[in-house]
Amino acid sequence: MFSERRNLRAWLLMLPLLAVMIAVIGWPLADTVRLSLTDARLVGTGGQFVGFENFAKMFSSRNFQSAFRTTLSFTFYSVSTEMVVGVLVALLLNQRFYGRTLLRALMILPWALPTVVNATLWRLIYNPEYGALNAALTQFGLIDAYRSWLGLPGSAMAALIVADVWKNFPLVALIALAALQSVPNEIRAAAISDGANVWRRFRYVTLPYLMGPLMVALVLRTIEAFKVFDLIWIMTRGGPANSTRTLSILVYQEAFAFQRAGSGASLALIVTLMITVLAVAYLKIMRSFAGGGK
Amino acid sequence: MRLKKTAALWATAVLGGLTPMIAQAETTLNALFMAQAAYSEDDIRAMTKGFEEAHPDVKINLEFVPYEGLHDKTVLSQGAGGGYDVVLFDVIWPAEFAQNKVLVDVSDRITDDMKSGVLPGAWTTVQYDGRSYGMPWILDTKYLFYNKDMLAKAGIETPPKTWAELKADAQKIKDAGIVEYPIVWSWAQAEASICDYTTLLSAYGGDFIKDGKPDFQNGGGLEALQYMVDSYKSGLTNPNSKEFLEEDVRNIFQNGDAAFALNWTYMYNLANDPKESKVAGQVGVVAAPGVEGVSDVSAVNGSMGLGIPTTSKHPDEAWAYITYMTSQKVQDEFARLSLPIWKSSYDDPAVTKGQEELITAAQKGLAAMYPRPMTPHYQEMSMALQQGIQEALLGMNSPEDALGAAAENSGL
Amino acid sequence: MERQSRTFSVFVHVMALLVALIILAPLAWLFIMSISSNADLSAKPLHWWPEHFDLSRYVTLLSRQENSAGAAFLASLFNSLKVASMATLAALGVGIPAGWAASRNPRLGWSLGLVVGTYMLPPVALSVPLYLILAKFGLLNKVFGLALVYLSILAPFVTWLLKSGFDPIPRELEQAASMDGARLDQLLRIVILPLALPVIATALIFAFLLAWDEFFYALLFTSTQDAKTLPVAIADLAGGRVSDYGLIATAGVLAALPPVAIGILMQRALISGLTNGGVKG
Repeated sequence: MFSERRNLRAWLLMLPLLAVMIAVIGWPLADTVRLSLTDARLVGTGGQFVGFENFAKMFSSRNFQSAFRTTLSFTFYSVSTEMVVGVLVALLLNQRFYGRTLLRALMILPWALPTVVNATLWRLIYNPEYGALNAALTQFGLIDAYRSWLGLPGSAMAALIVADVWKNFPLVALIALAALQSVPNEIRAAAISDGANVWRRFRYVTLPYLMGPLMVALVLRTIEAFKVFDLIWIMTRGGPANSTRTLSILVYQEAFAFQRAGSGASLALIVTLMITVLAVAYLKIMRSFAGGGK
Repeated sequence: MRLKKTAALWATAVLGGLTPMIAQAETTLNALFMAQAAYSEDDIRAMTKGFEEAHPDVKINLEFVPYEGLHDKTVLSQGAGGGYDVVLFDVIWPAEFAQNKVLVDVSDRITDDMKSGVLPGAWTTVQYDGRSYGMPWILDTKYLFYNKDMLAKAGIETPPKTWAELKADAQKIKDAGIVEYPIVWSWAQAEASICDYTTLLSAYGGDFIKDGKPDFQNGGGLEALQYMVDSYKSGLTNPNSKEFLEEDVRNIFQNGDAAFALNWTYMYNLANDPKESKVAGQVGVVAAPGVEGVSDVSAVNGSMGLGIPTTSKHPDEAWAYITYMTSQKVQDEFARLSLPIWKSSYDDPAVTKGQEELITAAQKGLAAMYPRPMTPHYQEMSMALQQGIQEALLGMNSPEDALGAAAENSGL
Repeated sequence: MERQSRTFSVFVHVMALLVALIILAPLAWLFIMSISSNADLSAKPLHWWPEHFDLSRYVTLLSRQENSAGAAFLASLFNSLKVASMATLAALGVGIPAGWAASRNPRLGWSLGLVVGTYMLPPVALSVPLYLILAKFGLLNKVFGLALVYLSILAPFVTWLLKSGFDPIPRELEQAASMDGARLDQLLRIVILPLALPVIATALIFAFLLAWDEFFYALLFTSTQDAKTLPVAIADLAGGRVSDYGLIATAGVLAALPPVAIGILMQRALISGLTNGGVKG
């Protein structure tokens, strides 16, 4: 009786959230599914049912395949760099040095900078004629002539990744630092007195504490990177030669620039499915770590 | 009875007197412009102020977006009841906008004076299938700009008349060590690259579409891209051209880092303005060159018009604003960054004064304007072509294969 | 902490300096660009420090004169403020009760899991129907419409953050209070809220920053000064007449000021929020 009332109360408290979720996520998502099976256009006619034709067309299109590869490589390189740099910086921040509090405070800055400002800032830095990067590198004698950073497929991708890493590695570092600080001093001391070397101490004492929070950061950053739109939209708009056109940009073009709401919706669903698969795979790995970890 | 009549008369008079007061309640129009090439933001704000002074009951909200955002913003605002009332549109969109009913058909609003006074080339900007979807406003094409001092230093007396001459002159300038990369273009993956390509395509006598099928991969279209790739690889063209838009071209040229540049009208007076430019007074302009035996000059139709979206609730006020903005008086007054659409303006000393060179170039260039294809699928074709051009420039694909793939991907 | 050798200590200091430099250099450059003249910015070799400070862009962007670039910029600044505040308050309104319920009833975990799972959805998956729905209700290009859409991002996020913040608040307190016959609202007001206030404040800041940062939906669903937000205004500025790099930088500095100030002032709360499983998207 008591617990039933509590249960009802709990559901009542959840109700507003669930209602909002249904209105702004559930309904649109269901509508995306419906649209994906039609040839609807963005403005005007409702569109005819065409079955899975949109999906078939998408999977076989050259644009989709190249955008998929682009998205994967952007996600892989930027997230893995962020994780490695983030952990290294966290290990550094866990040492004793002058100005440690200040440096920790600085870490919040790139994270707080709006993404659009970050993208704009880096585009100015990479400007081939008047950008700071070319100027700095030539004045230090590292390159002998100005280069085009956003104008070549390989370097444009690398430039985007650097901009993304700069903004996001501090977040990983802060998460990792908090985890490092949760390692009990006794255990660390015990490992030292057991004569374990630096690597073994990291591997067997520190890493188990790091693993859980890092996996969370990894999952979130991967999902974020896979969805990337604003950074690329502002820095390259998918160029040069579409070498930085990710799936999100492709969906935008299909649904909004070409106004094909139907096939745009099918493409969006494919992207959603991919992210789900990625997230589930990560969760599986996380569980297995949680089982064998601390 | 009589009393009643009087009362009725009084009532009408009072109501009649009230009506203008109601009509005077402010109407606010949202107008969408671009912050790129042609008239500057300041020009547009000043013109609008003039309109508001003449029409105190109408208030105009100005929105400026980059050219790249203009098309999508117009399309997306379709769903919004309180969207735009006046939009600037490019010459390539009337087909799509007519098919999707984005713009109001204003054919019946156009007066005979307008019909006879405006240059015929300008009208093509706003027409599709015999109907008009707005008023032409920016009459524009790409010209060849050159730095007079640099040409003189290299011993070149007259600006090039053919693309082959341009290449030879650029080589001379480069060899003389005057500037490292003599030519600068706007070849970023954007519509700007299509405008440069179209100029060359018209010089080589190519076609975009033949019998409803893409034809740019053959003949003149292919030669145009080959010229671009050749000029890029030979080091005569600034290699960063492949990430430049019009404003970057202007920056390079007015900073004295290029001898030749292909750009719109607006660059002439800005690059000649000592406040903006390091090469003020040295700027020359001619119609873009031709190809021996094929063409004398070349030009792309880069004009733009002002139209009324079908969702506007104030089409009459919007049309009043458009007729004001496109009127000869206003256009003549602001003829520095964009030339008027009116025939007689070109004989008006007040307009031509101080920019005789530009006017001479315009008379040749505007007459030769070549259209980009009128198709509802223009966006798709353009994007496929942009990719092809970039692939060829970057050496990822030969010009033949790049254009072949673009033709296949063009959605035509 | 273990004893450090001298070389190791030097190494640590050098690395710390390097990290500080990497973080600060781009930000410093953004600021320098905003106060440099165009001649300095297009000089070769580049002038790293302006010959004289040029504050004209700040004047331009902060001018309230009608139909000026400044008016447009300020309008978008206020739109951003409005949208972010509305969305944040609404998200807290639905998130606080839901987060508390989920924290106290583990059996509701699955529904919260479902809500948090929506985080995986890319905005593009919802964008077309959201556009059509907003159009149907006349909410395109409206501050309110955009705030509503932002709930789809903020509400799950805030609920999740609050739930993990509520978890450590001891249950015994409410049980004792509820034995004493306190009603639900009294329970919330007198017992829970004071303890949960820091968590709620953190969630508020995160939600606000998230909304302040959003670009994709704002790009699609707003068109005029009535609703256009700051990120879209900056993108418009950066994509248009790009010759004035200083103006773009100035807009960037002004747009970054509020979140960066919050970041510095609320550092402790933010870092604990970030590391308690709540991560800004």
